[in-house]
Formats: sequence, structure tokens, C-alpha cells
Amino acid sequence: MAPETTPLPAARPIARSADATGVDESRAPLLEVRNLRKHFPIKGGFLQRTVGLVKAVDDVSFKVFDGEILSLVGESGCGKTTTARCVIRAIDPTSGEVLFRRADGDVVDVAKLRDKQLRPIWRDMQMIFQDPFGSLNPRKNLLDIIGEPMFVQGVRSRQKRMDRVAELLNLVGLRPEYMHRYPHAFSGGQRQRIVIARALTLEPRLVIADEAVSALDVSVQAQILNLLLDLQRRLELSYLFVAHDLSIVKHISHRVAVMYVGKVVELARTDALFTRPKHPYTSALLAAVPVPDPDQRAALQGLPGEVANPAAPPPGCYFHPRCPFAVEVCKHEPPPLREVEPDHFVACHRAEELTLDGIGELESALRPRPDVPGATPEAPPPAPPDVPTPPSREVPS
Amino acid sequence: MQQTPTVPEARAFAVRSRTDLGEPILSVRGLKTHFVMDEGTVRAVDGVSFDVHPGEVVGIVGESGCGKSVALKSVLRLIQKPGRIVAGEIMYRRPGRNGARPELELDLATLPPLGRRIRQIRGGDIALIPQEPMASFSPLHTIGDQIVEAIRLHDPMSVADARKLAIAKLREVGMPSPEQRFRAYSWQLSGGLRQRAIIAMALSCNPAILVADEPTTAIDVTTQAQVLQLLRVLQQEHGSAIVFITHDLGVIAQLADHVVVMYLGRVMEQGPVRSIFHTPRHPYTRALLQSVPSVHSEARVQLPTIAGGIPHPLYRPPGCPFHPRCPDAMPGTCDVRVPAMVDDGSGQPVACFLHHDVAEADDGA
Ligand SMILES: Nc1ncnc2c1ncn2[C@@H]1O[C@H](COP(=O)(O)OP(=O)(O)OP(=O)(O)O)[C@@H](O)[C@H]1O
Ligand SMILES: Nc1ncnc2c1ncn2[C@@H]1O[C@H](COP(=O)(O)OP(=O)(O)OP(=O)(O)O)[C@@H](O)[C@H]1O
Ligand code: SF4
Ligand code: SF4
Ligand SMILES: [Mg+2]
Ligand SMILES: [Mg+2]
Repeated sequence: MAPETTPLPAARPIARSADATGVDESRAPLLEVRNLRKHFPIKGGFLQRTVGLVKAVDDVSFKVFDGEILSLVGESGCGKTTTARCVIRAIDPTSGEVLFRRADGDVVDVAKLRDKQLRPIWRDMQMIFQDPFGSLNPRKNLLDIIGEPMFVQGVRSRQKRMDRVAELLNLVGLRPEYMHRYPHAFSGGQRQRIVIARALTLEPRLVIADEAVSALDVSVQAQILNLLLDLQRRLELSYLFVAHDLSIVKHISHRVAVMYVGKVVELARTDALFTRPKHPYTSALLAAVPVPDPDQRAALQGLPGEVANPAAPPPGCYFHPRCPFAVEVCKHEPPPLREVEPDHFVACHRAEELTLDGIGELESALRPRPDVPGATPEAPPPAPPDVPTPPSREVPS
Repeated sequence: MQQTPTVPEARAFAVRSRTDLGEPILSVRGLKTHFVMDEGTVRAVDGVSFDVHPGEVVGIVGESGCGKSVALKSVLRLIQKPGRIVAGEIMYRRPGRNGARPELELDLATLPPLGRRIRQIRGGDIALIPQEPMASFSPLHTIGDQIVEAIRLHDPMSVADARKLAIAKLREVGMPSPEQRFRAYSWQLSGGLRQRAIIAMALSCNPAILVADEPTTAIDVTTQAQVLQLLRVLQQEHGSAIVFITHDLGVIAQLADHVVVMYLGRVMEQGPVRSIFHTPRHPYTRALLQSVPSVHSEARVQLPTIAGGIPHPLYRPPGCPFHPRCPDAMPGTCDVRVPAMVDDGSGQPVACFLHHDVAEADDGA
């Protein structure tokens, strides 16, 4: 039996109107990525010469404002993780700018910083990785794991670190007493909370979450999504949220960027993108999501063909071999990303003339569902009843 | 450059009712599969019962570790040490031709796990699409050779005939240039094409039941849609029953006729897909349904969650396995007695004391 999770303070549902979402667009963006490229060389032959380039990220631009959640979505291999890793400079981009507004208001280009200059940036920007099992050192207790970023930044006082770790454990819904325990004593969802606590140690303003909930079970996933939203509101965090599950992306983000073979093909506010997509690829992605309602059994439309090879993409629009709307120009001219409506960017020659299907009406969602005692948005679930703790093999605290 | 696989014609897929489907071809009763280890006994499957009717699509849902894979591997007798079926019945009734009486009636739980009998049934009568896609094909042989071998294991025919049949199956699942792909190795195929090859192999002996363990979890949503559509079309054309595992409720809603909800090695509730989604009766089913965000639900509100976490497999709670997390748990009852699975005649049996007062006879001993 894993240690129990303390319930979060009562959650307020967040209003949906633009000004109540917590996004502050009045200031300069917190993060602005301009023309980011990352090309990986393909080595071949026995001299290991470069015989080609994988254009994993190819001219990507986007902004993240204070308090905003921007999601990157797209099929496997489209360059989401590579983009995220370039932003935090886990890898060096091939070209482009990663403009980040520091706490003092100065804007720095993270892509051009020297290694030594990165450390202060990593106070402000933190990454949460997908695998809650792989990313925690099994030989360190929570105090060391969560307090480590403080130590690295020069906080030598153990008491200070303990105070901060206790505060963080509270924040992510774990008991402060657990700080002397080791990761194996925790369930998958609790480990992901630990990873989140560690990312928050230095009070970052931007959190990059790469598939942070993908490996988790639905009930745990819901807990972590709630936690991420709660923290965003309370700490005014911004997230760059990388995911492939469109239901989750729809739930959490203010804006969404859809990537295809290293490029952003559509970027818009979440509602606009889901209800009125303007890129055929976005529309195809939405059509493929299985609706969780047996009364709405539609014909499931996949996309014919395969994702283009990023080492040898087709000419013109990369999507043209799979696009049902492709015309002659699509085969030769790469479509640039254009603002076709205020705040709605699309890379498609035919964006204005096409009317594409989105997710459709919200009827199924609005139909009242049977009451689930203790599991409604208004009433947060009661604390778990105390379960007799079985003989523990955990490392004693 | 990749060729475009032919997408099966997009069709809607009606939910079928059990009353139209005849007697079950598979009846699992009181199945218990335990793993006995030094640290203790993991009761991975601890009293599971469900039926599969001819041509029916049965979906099994539940969170990670609840015993879904172990239950289906037990049916196919693929459980290895330290695991063992310790109780229960797995009645398989091979349908006779043209709806005649079953020509074979057999409790698979009694067969020697390595014997010829079960090897004939596995692959021939009941085919498996395993959870790990790489486990289906050996990397050392072409997919064509492996399908030919599978066909000839169950049906003595010439290599040339088996080859023709294999290519026909590859074509049927929408594999582009099947003659060429016959000579490909599984690692040369993309995720979507590999999944098609696995389905072609599983279908090569016209199984009465296709068992698929998370057939779409490892693939992208666009490819998933194609594979689901393919399964629907093949099901309609061959009439095979399909039993599949998933934890995606969207996939369940789109594919299943009948749903089995598992928690900690036991079935909590089962019933027709519409009843499970619209009138769930078990507190766990209800909580599970509410905790998933959908593209149709309101954005950025707090999602309902299930309190607590899944217990460690070695430390199962006494009584109803869900009681430590259940908002409706009744102290003195739910933490003491194990609720039995009872059908009140609605076709939606549920194991919960909110709905009846019948406890399991051996109470989990
Ligand atoms: N270190 C590397 N060397 C060479 N190619 C790489 C490297 N890292 C990534 N790639 C390639 O870059 C492309 C983009 O990969 P990336 O991991 O960014 O995709 P992704 O969108 O995160 O996919 P997924 O959803 O599968 O995580 C892929 O074609 C991948 O094979
Ligand atoms: N070989 C084994 N030895 C010991 N325990 C096992 C073994 N195989 C499975 N188990 C245990 O049996 C339980 C059920 O496992 P199973 O693989 O059936 O889960 P599942 O429902 O398929 O989960 P998932 O959704 O993660 O695939 C788990 O607690 C697991 O740890
Ligand atoms: S540019 Fe042409 S091929 Fe590309 S998405 Fe638009 S219509 Fe389709
Ligand atoms: S039997 Fe009791 S604890 Fe179990 S689900 Fe029903 S009410 Fe909850
Ligand atoms: Mg990735
Ligand atoms: Mg499994």
C-alpha cells in the first residue's frame, strides 16, 4: 500500500471567459520561439559521413504568455520533444531564437547562451519528463530529490531545504513527513507528483511538461491534470504542454499548436482549433478521436498513408500525399504559416476556402450524467479512509 | 515512398444485443490465477466470470495491474510460473457448421498447458493479438513465412496454398503491396502496418474468437482509427467474436457490444455498452467514467477523481476490493464481506452491496 495522498484544497472551477483564464497578454510574451530549427545529421557509410539530415524541427515559431498553457500536439515523431528540449537547451538548436523574459524583465535568447549562462535560466524554466519511474534516483530520498535543484543553485542550509521541500510536498498533495522516504514507496501518480514538486523547487515561471500524464492511469491522470491546473492558477505558471492525447490537450490548454513533420501547421485558441479547424490535418486528427459515447458510433476515419519521413519529406506541402483536398499547387509550393483570422495561424494554401469539421456540438457532454457521490466538480472527494497499513517493506523514515 | 494502404470503407458499427447472438461460445466461471512468490501471493485474477457470444465484441476495461492481461492469457493457457490457475472453469464451445449444435465442448482450464490440444485451439479457434506488438513476430523470419507456418500448424495444406492464403489475408487487412510485404521483416514495417500484419496472422485460421490485448495503445490516433475500423469490418465479414482489452473508454464506446469492468482481479460490473456508459451501477464504473476528460467536456475545470490509490498487489484489502476508495462504502459490510456478482435480470450484473446483499461464498479465502 502506497502512502496516502492528501486531498488538495478545495478547487474552484475556472471561468472560461478569456480574461478569467489567468492569461496575461498585456505584457511581452514570457517565451517567444522564432524560426527554431533542429536538424540531426544521418551518418552513413563506413567513414560515418553525414549523408542526410533529419529535419526534426523545421522553422517553428510560437509564443507563450504569462499564465498561459500552450500545447504541442501531433503524431509520433513530428518533433514535439525535440522542440521542448531545444527550448530548455537540453540540446542545442541548429538555428532560430528562443527569447525568454527573465524575472527582471530582460529578454534573453536562450539559444545563444553559453553553457555557464544557462544555470540562472533553469531557475525560471523547468522540465517534467514523461517517465515518473526513470527520472527519480531510487537511492535518494524525497528531501534530496526535491531539494537538489536548490543545492545546485547554492542553497547549503539543510534546514532551508527541508522547509522548502515540506512546502512543496504540501503543494502537490503529499505529506511533508514523506520527505525521508524513497521513490519506490510511492505509486506512479505519487511519483509524478514528486517529479512536479522537484520542477517547482526554484519557483520557475515556465514549466515544460513532455507527456507528463501519458503513462498514467485515467484516475491518476485526472489527479495530475487537476494539480497542474491548480498550480498554474495559484502560482501563475505558464506551461508548454507536450501531449498526443487530444482530449487532454483540449481540457488543459488555452492555445494549441499542431505539428506535422517538424512544422507547425496550425496554431489557435483551443476552442477555435477544436470547433473550427482550418488545416486538413487538424481536422483529420480530430475525426480520429474515438468519442466515448456508444450512441455516437461514427465511421472512424483514419488518415490514409504514413507520416512523411522527416529525412526526405515530399516537396510542397508535406501533408499533400495524405490530404484529401490537395491541389496542384500543394505539390510544389510549401504553404507558409499565415494568420488567416485574428489569432488563428494556418499553413495551408486553401485555408480560406475550406470548411472543415471540428469536434461538433457539445450535446453529449451537456447531457446530465448520473450523480456520482463524492465525485462531482463542486464537492472534492473525501479524504481516503484510513486503510490499515499492511506490513511495510519500505525503508523506514 | 510509401504506398497508401487501402482504407476499408468507413461504416458505422451498430451495437448488437446478446439476445440475437445465441449461446455463449466461451464461458469463464470463477477464474482465479495467482502468482505465488517468496514475498507473497499476487491474486492477479481472483474470481472472474464472463461470457462471450458468437460474433460479439466484448471489451474489458480497468486500470493498470487489475488483471486484464492475466485473465485473457489464462483463457489461452499462456500463464507461466510462478503463475497458476488455481480455480475456475473456461468452457469453450466450438460452434458447429451453420449454427448447428457445438461440435466440441471443452474446459480449457483442465488441459495440460503444453499439450497438443491447447496448441490446436490457440491460434486455430482462439487467436491472440498480444499486448507487446514486437512479441508477435520473430525478427529473424519474414512475416510471410511466419503466417504460412501458423496456417500450416492448424490446417495441413501445401506451402504454396498457405502462401496464397497468407497473401490474401494481408490484402484483406489493407496491407499495401501484400506480395512484397510478405517478404518483409516485422521491424521493417511502421507501427500501423505491423499491427495489420499481426491481425492478418491472427485471422489466418478463421478463429471463432479473436483476443486482442490493447490492440491500439502503442499507435497514433489516426492509425488507431484505421485499426479499429479494420477490426469492425473484419468482425462484420467473418463473424468472429472479439474480446479486447483497453483502458481507453473511447475505444470501448466505439467497438464493444458488451463491457466488463475489472478492479483488482475481480469484475465489478458488466453489461451492454450503452448501459455501462449511460446507467453505470457500480461506484467504480461511475468514477472511472467521470475521471476522463473528453473533447466534449468543459475545459480547465477540476476533474472528479477517485480518492486514494490502487493498493499494492500483495496487500489486497479484505471485503470489497474497492472499499478503501469507495465514497459509498458501508463500514461493517463492505470491509468484511466480498460482494458476489449478481444479475437482477437486467443483464447488467454488479458486484456491490448497494444493489444486493449476496456475498461470495468463500469470501476470498
Ligand atoms: N538524437 C536524435 N538523432 C537523430 N534523430 C532524432 C534524434 N532525436 C529525435 N530524432 C528524430 O527527430 C524526429 C522528431 O522526434 P521527436 O522525439 O521530437 O518526436 P515527438 O513528436 O516527440 O514524438 P513522440 O510522440 O513519439 O514522442 C523523429 O523522426 C526522430 O526520429
Ligand atoms: N509473471 C508475473 N509474476 C508476478 N506477478 C505478475 C506476473 N504477471 C502479472 N503479475 C501481476 O498480476 C497483476 C495483473 O497484471 P496484468 O498484467 O494482468 O495487468 P493488466 O490489467 O493487464 O495491466 P496493464 O493495463 O498495465 O496491462 C499485476 O499486479 C501484476 O503485477
Ligand atoms: S496546402 Fe494543400 S495539401 Fe497541404 S493541407 Fe492545404 S490543401 Fe492539403
Ligand atoms: S460493495 Fe461497498 S465498497 Fe464495494 S463498491 Fe459497493 S458500496 Fe462501495
Ligand atoms: Mg516525444
Ligand atoms: Mg495488460
